[in-house]
Amino acid sequence: MIFHTILIIALVLLLAAILFNLYRVIKGPSSADRVQALDSVGINLIASIAVYSVLLHTHAFFDLILLIGILSFIGTVAFARFMERGAVIERKR
Amino acid sequence: MVGAILILLGAVFSLISAIGNIRLPDVYTRSHAASKSSTLGVLCALVGTLLYFLIAEGYFSIRLILGIFFVFLTAPVAAHVICRAAYRHCVPLAEGTVEDELREYYKPAEDFEGEDQVEAQGNEMETPTQEPLQVNHMS
Repeated sequence: MIFHTILIIALVLLLAAILFNLYRVIKGPSSADRVQALDSVGINLIASIAVYSVLLHTHAFFDLILLIGILSFIGTVAFARFMERGAVIERKR
Repeated sequence: MVGAILILLGAVFSLISAIGNIRLPDVYTRSHAASKSSTLGVLCALVGTLLYFLIAEGYFSIRLILGIFFVFLTAPVAAHVICRAAYRHCVPLAEGTVEDELREYYKPAEDFEGEDQVEAQGNEMETPTQEPLQVNHMS
């Protein structure tokens, strides 16, 4: 029972972290702030999926952890390249 | 129980990282909070999950190991890429910044203008009839 309570508390803390990062996404002065906060939201989402899979006693969500990690990283790098160069995929000249 | 303690520690670290992500004044200081402590928090949570499934059910998950390795590898790389893009995008520093050592090395946004001028000159060389329009557009 204590174990269940600890998991619920961890989920609530992760939800608060995601909400704070969403505040930074909405308010952030530059687009780099928003991309960084979205990357942090993705990382917190990975942690909350892990906690939720412990809560449900299932193995089925571990693929989802890997998938969200890869998608968050690729999205972050694509946004950073778009901010830096103005194009995601560069043309050859 | 070890898994539960690690999961709670990871959640607390993620919350501290989010608070730092709100309170710090700058992109470059915020990246510390967003990369380091957040990575530590998610690593604690994933290791706690791994230990829970190893102790309670005797199930050793290779996929979770792969996820831990991937997050540990890619989160600092993503933070570094964002910071470099922000610096070259001329995002201003905070008010109390003491020193900017990168200014001499980068000279942001000058080389891009140079590339655009080279492209514009090339277009002018190819189509000389549109020269006044391009000059107006450049100025």
